[in-house]
Amino acid sequence: MRTATVYVPRDTTALACGAEAVARAIVAEAAARGFDVRVVRNGSRGLCWLEPLVEVATAQGRVGYGPVAAADVAGLFDAGFLHGAAHALALGAVEAIPYLASQQRLCFARNGVIDPLDLDDYAAHGGWKGLDAALALASADIVQAVLDSGLRGRGGAAFPAGIKWKTVLGTEAAQKYVVCNADEGDSGTFSDRMILEGDPFRLIEGMVIAGLATGATIGVVYLRSEYPLAFTLFREAITRARAAGWLGADIGGSGRAFDLDVRLGAGAYICGEETALLESLEGKRGQVRFKPPLPAIQGLFGQPTVINNVITFASVPDILVHGAAWYRDYGMGRSRGTLPIQLGGNIRRGGLVERAFGITLRELLYDYGGGSASGRPIRAVQVGGPLGAYLPEARFDTPLDYEAFAAIGAMLGHGGVVAFDDTVDMAGQARFAMEFCAIESCGKCTPCRIGSTRGVEVIDRIRASIDREKNIALLRSLSDTMLNGSLCALGGLTPYPVLSALDHFAEDFAARVARAVD
Amino acid sequence: MSPATARDEPIDRVAGLEETQRAFVVGVLAELSGLPGALLPILHAIQDGLGFVPPASVPLIAQALNISRADVHGVVTFYPHFRSTRAGRHVLRLCRAEACQAMGARALEARLRERLGIGLHETTADGAITLEPVYCLGNCACAPSLMVDGAVHARVGDAELDQLVAQCREA
Repeated sequence: MRTATVYVPRDTTALACGAEAVARAIVAEAAARGFDVRVVRNGSRGLCWLEPLVEVATAQGRVGYGPVAAADVAGLFDAGFLHGAAHALALGAVEAIPYLASQQRLCFARNGVIDPLDLDDYAAHGGWKGLDAALALASADIVQAVLDSGLRGRGGAAFPAGIKWKTVLGTEAAQKYVVCNADEGDSGTFSDRMILEGDPFRLIEGMVIAGLATGATIGVVYLRSEYPLAFTLFREAITRARAAGWLGADIGGSGRAFDLDVRLGAGAYICGEETALLESLEGKRGQVRFKPPLPAIQGLFGQPTVINNVITFASVPDILVHGAAWYRDYGMGRSRGTLPIQLGGNIRRGGLVERAFGITLRELLYDYGGGSASGRPIRAVQVGGPLGAYLPEARFDTPLDYEAFAAIGAMLGHGGVVAFDDTVDMAGQARFAMEFCAIESCGKCTPCRIGSTRGVEVIDRIRASIDREKNIALLRSLSDTMLNGSLCALGGLTPYPVLSALDHFAEDFAARVARAVD
Repeated sequence: MSPATARDEPIDRVAGLEETQRAFVVGVLAELSGLPGALLPILHAIQDGLGFVPPASVPLIAQALNISRADVHGVVTFYPHFRSTRAGRHVLRLCRAEACQAMGARALEARLRERLGIGLHETTADGAITLEPVYCLGNCACAPSLMVDGAVHARVGDAELDQLVAQCREA
């Protein structure tokens, strides 16, 4: 009898929706019925609202069912889902689902498709080809390809990756490092996690290429402790890659060396700031460093260090395979390539949408997201994590592009899009932005450390209608101090959500008594 | 006795640390002290093994890494993940960040505090549950999120919350 192959994601969101029980039920039900079933634990496709999304390999390709609960499994067997049969949960061919079919998946091309820890599966789906190409090039040529691609750092700051790499290549040192920032702390973001859990060898490949490009032989991934599954899976991926010769003293038989380690953070948001991250890797409090010196010149342990986000490194292999021009052809303006956008919060179809820069918020929220989960109007959207601006509907036609967002006083950050319906209290959201900054401030600079606490107090006074006009003026002045006087983006960008809430949703800062009378 | 000699004393007995704890810490230090930037891996290993980082282990760690006790204490207390006291039998980490707020996390937090009779960073009197805030678990498309002993639960509603709390109290 033919062995049927069934895919059940091992991904944080899928598991949080019950995927483990579903996988167990499928194994048990198959055994009870005498079916020969192989269950592959893939990563997530990023169609989060359909998780657990179970897929079956059929002659016509992979067919999906979801969201599947353990209680649905017997019924799926009854219906003949192993042959892709009709069922109330049937979704048809997974890759024809419009949400997925309309995307431009480069970084996420393999997510949900392969077994994340299966090296053969990785190679069969184009894995290591970027590294093969890089091994045939001189370091300067790899750097040039990354420069020419227009790839900018996907962690949030959008600094051209090639310039960092070029600086490290040009700095002499006995030891250089490649550091991956996987401290994905922004609320509303999960693309790093999905790569680590769903296609970890892609990150390893990108980091090895960075090592070849810059002369670094040691890599470190700094991963947040809130992602225990990603840690387990990625650590295993490193072990397997090393055993297969893709890490170590002789990468792919080339005679070149690069090895990789993964370190856990410990719950501090500030460690997503690159210099605080380096401090933390050195075993210290995660306090921000003064710049200069730049990490590319004096980074980890004082040595030249390439430090990039997960998605930045994960974008590199394709650039080496297809060429800089191919990558550069995606996107608009100075924002080249694709951005994995994460749709979250109050949204009907939340998930991962990888598209070239230029797509609008409205397309994301309605064409992909299907509107709010609650069915109420979407009133505000926060883009770019807790330091991102809150945007009203009047801004929904802004294209996703670094410069277009900067022009409206907002930022794309790491690509998180969080929707709120019309029950949101924007003064409360502004207060939270200050509260979060106060909780997470590293304490090194005064505008952030003290300003955030004073910000909470001032917003409380505004909400209590105490000297409202004077306190609103004070809040703007305080925001100005934080924006211009903070050492890093935490204190420097916290005013974004605060001021955008104040500018676009001023009615929420009006006296609460008056609102209650309305 | 000068402070220097106090630091160099043999460490076969440490006040405030049970013998098994001391042995565990010494074992961790022997294994990990040689790593570059070893302090966070050491603290993780101690907390994973003992459930917390006993304050009495701080001098041992400082000595092994040749840094001051203040340095170690500063790191332990900087990072929210590390705890200096034992947690309850179960640790609930409720996401308080924006994506979860948009799906009712504030009400969930109020309900949880009321059900447990404790605030954030506190443990119930029966020692069953410690409640911790967390700022994003990366499950933002299926909010609100609650982590129970390392496992994330999605779209947590009132009924599921009460059920999870009841399970924690029993086990």
